[in-house]
Amino acid sequence: MPVREEDYRRLKEDLLVMAGLVQTAIKESVRSLVERDPAAARAVIEGDGRVNSYDVKIDEECTELIALRQPMGRDLRFITTGMKIATDLERIADNAVNIAERALELNEEPALKPYVDIPRMGEISGGMVKDAIDAFLNGDTELAIRVVRQDDEIDDLNEAVLLDLTFIMTQDPATVSRAMKVSYISKYLERIGDHATNIAEMVVYMVKGRIIRHMHPEDLRDLDKNA
Amino acid sequence: MNLDMEIKGLNFYYAGKHMVLHNINLEIYKNTVTALIGPSGCGKTTLLRCFNRMHDLYPGNKYEGEIIFQGRNILTKETDLIDLRSRIGMVFQKPTPFPMSIFDNVAYGLRLRGIRKKSILSEKVEHALKQSAIWEEVKDKLHESAYALSGGQQQRLVIARALAVEPEALLFDEPTSALDPISTAKIEELIEGLKENVTIIIVTHNLQQAARISEWTGFLMLGELVEFDRTEKIFTVPKEKLTEDYVTGRFG
Repeated sequence: MPVREEDYRRLKEDLLVMAGLVQTAIKESVRSLVERDPAAARAVIEGDGRVNSYDVKIDEECTELIALRQPMGRDLRFITTGMKIATDLERIADNAVNIAERALELNEEPALKPYVDIPRMGEISGGMVKDAIDAFLNGDTELAIRVVRQDDEIDDLNEAVLLDLTFIMTQDPATVSRAMKVSYISKYLERIGDHATNIAEMVVYMVKGRIIRHMHPEDLRDLDKNA
Repeated sequence: MNLDMEIKGLNFYYAGKHMVLHNINLEIYKNTVTALIGPSGCGKTTLLRCFNRMHDLYPGNKYEGEIIFQGRNILTKETDLIDLRSRIGMVFQKPTPFPMSIFDNVAYGLRLRGIRKKSILSEKVEHALKQSAIWEEVKDKLHESAYALSGGQQQRLVIARALAVEPEALLFDEPTSALDPISTAKIEELIEGLKENVTIIIVTHNLQQAARISEWTGFLMLGELVEFDRTEKIFTVPKEKLTEDYVTGRFG
């Protein structure tokens, strides 16, 4: 019994819905910080249960497909990739919850300074998640590799934010507690980028059967050429 | 890994003109299980039957190319076919016990080789029955008819019969397609244990079985070997699109 088109459709739909929830969580958590909107932060925290239930649902779906269809080849790669993507999406949502929690705390106190890099990181990481999922849905390895590359951008921003915050803290000890919370947020966003990168790397495996995790950038370039 | 059998440029023709195998090149490694898979009529059983020259039982069949088994081309006229078939045994889809007792079935090949001494026969029969994991079930009824056994037991008895003459390789042609899942599991477990002593080549339609028991898998179609690789590669990341379509059940 081969894996059927409707199996593909169902799993893709569920991952698409889950990814949508996760993207909203990232966006809203950052907005709750920037716009000092505690209701938005609480909505992100409360919404996490729905993401978790999709994680469980997709896990069960994939386990069932493995048992009932006994998938091989690209079907097997599709299902195992789907399972791992759900795990990464769930962790991304957890990071968004953490951002929302820090935002709630930070919003109790005066702002350190206007946020510039953090919203930018939120946009990039959210975009990476979207692109990684699109790459999965369409089997698009070029898009997946672009996501992998984009991770550097968010890493650089994270470095810049930390440097900035370190400077602020050395100037005024009263800022330390807030600056640390902002640095956590920066780190959470950087982690979201990592999870999106994981997803993108899995897409390359799913399509090409090649594992590019832990690969050197130069090897990645070769892969790009063959794409 | 030691090479046990090397198939080079093998062509095979039924009745002298109908070409069913085209330029097969394949390496079989010692003490491993190699599975041959492919749709019905792809030539996998025909290929299997080349390895112990079963096709010679019918006139007009023709081989070209070479099958080097332990350093010698077995496709030459000089090959002693009786000797070859005791070195490379075969187990068929349906159990084929002879109409005689369990003991005599297993002793058959030994007697053919001129072994008459009862103590040696008993010892070798017991050893073969133990190797094929059926000893405990038949030790108290060795002199009853083999036909009294269940299908799964008959298949293990036939494997014991093949093992008794101490072959170097065993060919299995769909050995479990007529068996229930429990008997199938026993045969698979048995094959796993046997490869310590013999090289195994198995033809199977059951892809999960090929995936479970083999280290190497060859995929054939229309008489050609499309892909040959480690089993885990064939079933997860095959190189050829045809292979991928076949293992995912999208054929046609």
